[in-house]
Amino acid sequence: MLPIQRREKTVSQNDILKVEDLKKYFPVEKSFLEKMLTRSRSYVKAVDNVSFSVRKGEVFTLAGESGCGKTTTGRLIVRLIPPTSGKIFFENVEITALKGEALRVLKRRIQIIFQDPYASLNPRMKIGDAVGHPLEIHGLARNEEKRKRVLQILEHVGLTPSEKFVDLYPHQLSGGQRQRAAMARSLVLQPEFIVADEPVSMIDVSLRTAIIDLMLNLRKEFGLTYLFITHDLAIAKYISDRIAIMYLGKIVELGDKQTIFSNPMHPYTQALLSAIPVPNPERKRKTAELIGDVPSAINIPPGCRFRTRCEYAEEACKEKEPELIPVSPDHYVACDLAEK
Amino acid sequence: MDPMAQSLITVDALSVEYWTRKGKIRAVEDVSFALEKAETLGVVGESGSGKSTLGLSLIGLGPFPGRIVKGKITLKGKEILKLRKEDMRNLRGKEICYVFQDPMTSLNPVKKIGPHFVELIRTHDPKVTEEEALKRAKKLLKDVGIQPERINDYPHQLSGGMRQRVMIALAITLNPSIVVADEPTTALDVIVQAKILDLLNVLRDAYGMALILITHDLSIVLERSDEILVMYAGHVVEHSSSKDIYSNPQHPYTKGLLKSIPNIELAEQKLEAIAGSPPDLLNLPRGCRFWPRCYYVMERCRQEAPPLMNTGAEHFTRCFLYKEGKKL
Amino acid sequence: MKSKIKRSMLSKILPGLVSLEKRGLAGWLIIFGAILVGIIVAMNLISPWIAPYNPSAINVGQPLLPPNSQFRFGTNDLGQDVLSRVLSGGGIMLQVSILSVIVCLVVGVPLGLSSSYAGGVIDRVFCLIMDSIYAFPGLVLAIAIAAMLGRGVTNMALSIAVVYIPSYFRVIRSQVLSIKEMPYVEAANAAGSRSRTVLLRYILPNVVPSIVIVATVNFADAILTAAGLTFIGLGVSVDIPDWGWDLTNGQRLLPSGAWWVIAYPGLMIILLALGFTLIGEGLSELLNPRLEQ
Repeated sequence: MLPIQRREKTVSQNDILKVEDLKKYFPVEKSFLEKMLTRSRSYVKAVDNVSFSVRKGEVFTLAGESGCGKTTTGRLIVRLIPPTSGKIFFENVEITALKGEALRVLKRRIQIIFQDPYASLNPRMKIGDAVGHPLEIHGLARNEEKRKRVLQILEHVGLTPSEKFVDLYPHQLSGGQRQRAAMARSLVLQPEFIVADEPVSMIDVSLRTAIIDLMLNLRKEFGLTYLFITHDLAIAKYISDRIAIMYLGKIVELGDKQTIFSNPMHPYTQALLSAIPVPNPERKRKTAELIGDVPSAINIPPGCRFRTRCEYAEEACKEKEPELIPVSPDHYVACDLAEK
Repeated sequence: MDPMAQSLITVDALSVEYWTRKGKIRAVEDVSFALEKAETLGVVGESGSGKSTLGLSLIGLGPFPGRIVKGKITLKGKEILKLRKEDMRNLRGKEICYVFQDPMTSLNPVKKIGPHFVELIRTHDPKVTEEEALKRAKKLLKDVGIQPERINDYPHQLSGGMRQRVMIALAITLNPSIVVADEPTTALDVIVQAKILDLLNVLRDAYGMALILITHDLSIVLERSDEILVMYAGHVVEHSSSKDIYSNPQHPYTKGLLKSIPNIELAEQKLEAIAGSPPDLLNLPRGCRFWPRCYYVMERCRQEAPPLMNTGAEHFTRCFLYKEGKKL
Repeated sequence: MKSKIKRSMLSKILPGLVSLEKRGLAGWLIIFGAILVGIIVAMNLISPWIAPYNPSAINVGQPLLPPNSQFRFGTNDLGQDVLSRVLSGGGIMLQVSILSVIVCLVVGVPLGLSSSYAGGVIDRVFCLIMDSIYAFPGLVLAIAIAAMLGRGVTNMALSIAVVYIPSYFRVIRSQVLSIKEMPYVEAANAAGSRSRTVLLRYILPNVVPSIVIVATVNFADAILTAAGLTFIGLGVSVDIPDWGWDLTNGQRLLPSGAWWVIAYPGLMIILLALGFTLIGEGLSELLNPRLEQ
């Protein structure tokens, strides 16, 4: 059992994961000369004060372009890297500082699926061994029992006949099959929460739907909750329940899927949505005008970090950083001019 | 056919093969199309479809270590496959230009932006002075939306999107008739992607170029091209205008692709997967190359390879469900 | 020829070799190398039975006889039969090189793995040590250490090992650093695996190909270094037949025109080193293309 350290009264009983003021700053490596000449350190502010909660059983998506901090957030939650500051709660228990055995036990309940199916599997391990290894690590099953559970989970992810796949090596599988094997490995411990980091972006288009549908089916079967990370908003629309749009380390808009797509209020969200290709030759599109490029995450502009590219930016936007405030129940926007 | 004789570029039954340690790969087989001025052709396919090999063959850079075993490519009346290497080199850049997929590695990291242009311009016309070349380069940078001062930067000082734009500027430097863009947007974020595609269209209209977009993203070609070539395992499986492909997809693969891509403009969508795995080019099945994944497969499909047929109104499909001129 | 017969025999006996043949150039390199090494080793093992004379016995013939029908490779200044010495002189070299490789593996591999995986201060310290050793010219360092330790097979092996461990360390380190970042290692960590398990089951198996390649180069180099050490007198004593010793001796006799004393043992050393090098090249060719996939 996880040691109980605190109970947050404000956490809804329905929230399986809650993230509070999460920050991850990566120090920038300086050359020797720089170290001697300057005192200050600069940081890549990959995740800069992010808070949200995920409800049990939902698919919560972190969406945004590259460098927005979504992948880093996912890795923080799975405790692959330690946060610079902030708190993470899993089922109302704070897990931010867990170590040792408690941390190991936690890893049974939160798992991750990676983006690159070609790099997610140990090339020297047979599929059966790779999928079964987590069981060994936690001493949950061995030999016959282990083999049974591995075969079972392989069937569940669609690698049938599982007896055949157990003895194959990753290079003998296609990209889609490898991703399924990686999913089987994450599922064999029967976790409750899965962070899926761009699980289909490196897979052929014709195979993506199968993997997405598999994820949704597994959710039903095993009662999973997903944190889905993607830059592809079209996929996000298909699979998510709620979506959080991230920009330069912050969440700029958060809401349920319908609201985000039908009534996006943050200028960045609007620009993002207008840029998504639509498979329709008749569509008359107008890509929103975004001036310039994304600022560097080392030198984030003061005030609202999006104002340098925003067509609605005003003087006031330079003064303070907008908070994520609700504009309607369950729809949050970080923009002081949201009423427009 | 007569209309073909006037086309800017015509490809006729092109076939390309590779030899690998494990056997022969027919990367591109029997591909034909024609392209006019200011038209956009979208070539769409997944891994193993042969689209990139096709693209490289168009500029005579393909495909090492394979060979073009059959077919013709006619550019402005000249058969370019028969040209000597030198003549082809002259053509490359001047008449037909290629924008590579990866902007990170396609620019010389130890050369500033300006010299990239200068070298290109002066290779084709040594009479141009460096000053003139740089002037032209600055104008081109402006055309693609980059501040002209960046001409003195090194590639690593520019973002990915900007580098891709530099690549495009280089491509249009010599006013080519055709630009081939291979996965121009895969390495880019969606907003930059949209801007690059918008840019290509603007340039196409301004300079009257023909554009060939090679990509795996069907949404992009449906939205932005006039004609679409759908490729699978080296074959063209469907070829028609984008409107037709959208409203009347014929080949089961095209249909499957359309049903599997999420469309944000639809309220509720049920996506469907295409069964099976991508083709193994070393072990292609007998008969139709798509049959192991086809929902409509018939006995005939397993034995015979269907030819590309005109099912009416310039819509070509490679499938036994259809006959010349109509659907069965 | 002899090798052709051997090849077809081996192909029938060892199916593994047949699959090697399919691998093209790499396979041939390995096969030829292995055959070369195999022949030499076998020759040394059965030398007591096939050598025409006792290799250590002196004055079995006139000293410094050129190659003739009785002494195929001639005799040296002590009247010993060069052919017999050539047939049985590889033992020391082989022992030294095998021993040095074993020491390197036992010491260098765990060191390389743990240091680069752990990172931090420890890693920096070891890197410094290894780089310092690596910076020395190998033979000079080996001579210095052998001079300190004294004569004998073990000491020769140790001095060679010390010189070579940094190579293992570096190769392993570069591999570990890149493998450490791979998603499948992160997945193992995310599943709660202990560091030791990650190193042994996830990282080590992927580093093995590079280790094997370094080991074969190590073999070849060890042979040449052992010859060198013996050449300058830091090797083993006189009465054991040894190519290295024959080199020293033969070099002395060269001005008097007795080329056969140094030529034949020298040739054997080259062939043995060549054999190992071929295997190494073949393995490198075999393993690296696949790794690049």
